[in-house]
Amino acid sequence: MQEAAEPFAIRVRDLVVGFRNHVVIDHLALDVRRGEILGLVGASGGGKSVLMRTIIGLIPRRGGEIEVMGSPIDHDRPTRGAAGRWGILFQQGALFSSLTVRQNVQFPLRENLDLSDALMDEIATAKLEMVGLKAEDGDKFPSELSGGMTKRVALARALALDPAIVFLDEPTSGLDPIAAGDFDALIKTLQKTLGLTVFMVTHDLASLNTVCDRVAALADGKIVAIGPMRELLQSEHPWVRAYFHGKRSQMLQPRAS
Amino acid sequence: MTTAPLLTATSSDDALELRPVGAWTAANAATLERLSNDMAPQLDGAAAVRVDMAGVRELDTLGAWLLEKMSRRASSAGHHADVVGVAENYVGLIDEVRQVNRRTPAPVPARNPVLAKLSDIGRSTIGAREDVTAFLQMLGALCIAILGVLRRPRSLRLTSLTYQLYRVGWQAIPIVILITFLIGAIIAQQGIFHFRKFGADSYVVDMVGILVLRELGVLIVAIMVAGRSGSAYTAELGSMKMREEIDALSTMGLDPIEVLMLPRILALVCALPILSFIGAMAALYGGCLVAWFYGGMGPAIFLARLHEAVSVTHFEVGIIKAPFMALVIGIVACSEGLRVKGSAESLGKQTTTSVVKSIFLVIVLDGMFAVFFASIGM
Repeated sequence: MQEAAEPFAIRVRDLVVGFRNHVVIDHLALDVRRGEILGLVGASGGGKSVLMRTIIGLIPRRGGEIEVMGSPIDHDRPTRGAAGRWGILFQQGALFSSLTVRQNVQFPLRENLDLSDALMDEIATAKLEMVGLKAEDGDKFPSELSGGMTKRVALARALALDPAIVFLDEPTSGLDPIAAGDFDALIKTLQKTLGLTVFMVTHDLASLNTVCDRVAALADGKIVAIGPMRELLQSEHPWVRAYFHGKRSQMLQPRAS
Repeated sequence: MTTAPLLTATSSDDALELRPVGAWTAANAATLERLSNDMAPQLDGAAAVRVDMAGVRELDTLGAWLLEKMSRRASSAGHHADVVGVAENYVGLIDEVRQVNRRTPAPVPARNPVLAKLSDIGRSTIGAREDVTAFLQMLGALCIAILGVLRRPRSLRLTSLTYQLYRVGWQAIPIVILITFLIGAIIAQQGIFHFRKFGADSYVVDMVGILVLRELGVLIVAIMVAGRSGSAYTAELGSMKMREEIDALSTMGLDPIEVLMLPRILALVCALPILSFIGAMAALYGGCLVAWFYGGMGPAIFLARLHEAVSVTHFEVGIIKAPFMALVIGIVACSEGLRVKGSAESLGKQTTTSVVKSIFLVIVLDGMFAVFFASIGM
């Protein structure tokens, strides 16, 4: 129904964001299609997180337009009622430390819906199991969780209200390659099952390569290249070349035979 | 457009056919829960259940779970249940939901309330012993650090000590003066008001002088310092502990006690006697003003009576207590800070504990000093 009318989950036009006299995002344009996993890469301190936080309304913008699921994001009250529209996985998880894991996952449900406690428990357990945790883990406190588990719980909380879009801020940072691979697989599975649109800020070349449908490169406050991974590898932009053809990225190159 | 969800049931020769229609999403959560609960009795009665999903326009985890719950209820009653007509894009979700909530976690056995109470009392007794141990450990560690500094005076963190003195001493002066001034004034007013009945209002000077110099000056100031600086110490050290800064210090071969706690506690030990003195003076000043304007006793008479009433012993008794109280406040604040665990809640809890405990200990210490001074005749 709506898919035909609005093929883009996120549309950003002419976005300018700056702090004092330093412009971080400079007339940026970006489209995220519905149901895709978009990876955003950029230099450290280059504005990736700023772009993400601007889209979700945590940072005020100087100019430009942002539309999420066809509705514009206001300057003033961008985060009101947003939990059903998008879920956000913060880099450190940002779980509420005074609540148990189950209460953390239930929190958006409790605040936004009118449900019985029994059903809320079932939904929370369902979400925990969907992200690969056990029902028993629900009674733990965030301080008792390992890094990988924290990320999974944070993802379960982000998905609590079945949002159409999830924003992931460096979802695999701080995880070992096996846990990171599992997490990538989980994102891919959930994206398929729930029909999510995923906006992912990452430096993990492996995740870019395996889960992302498209990759956008942010440099000098603009999107300098966007497309599937193999297109980005061909890109002539100097920063993109340096990023994907540096020593650490050699493993991604198709071997010249 | 989203359509209101509906659930219709038609039963034909023992088979119940459920037709969920519309948007089975979290947005309609309350309606959906009611619909599925209403259906429960019919589910138990039916021999076979068929869920025809063809009419479902939108589905999310919540809706899928409610539908799954219904078919699970039917199959747990021994009936056959199957789901048909699932739209292609929801097959994955339905399959996923079918896997969840299969294993109910073992329920936590309820505790006997009497035993639970007893166990809590036992735990807190052991906890109190641990508190004493922690206090003594911190005291010992502090002594070792002081010995270390005496051997190598250059290792004393002078910058840090000065900064802490500035914070807990200099910056506390205005509030200490304000509070003790008011307390002195209130005591004098009450004294004059009640002593007047006996015609003994000139004795208010004795009362204010002795009370302020011996007890109140130092006690009020110590309680204020525990609330103001002790809590700050706990919160600072606690958040440093949370962010592994204290571990970082240790791995660099530095002793956190020497680097962080010693300057803080020394600063308190230096600052509290000074603040007590300032506080006592402010309280006497407040008492003097009230005696003048409310009791009609001029400052010259007040001073003369004060001179007769108090001796330097009273002042000594007060000021001797100050460094010990500072030590207790500092040690409690620092050891509570080091007990902070990973969460923000634990930081708040330890800070509260620190303030409550140090105020309690300060009052206990004051009582012990009162007994001691009485027995040596001071």
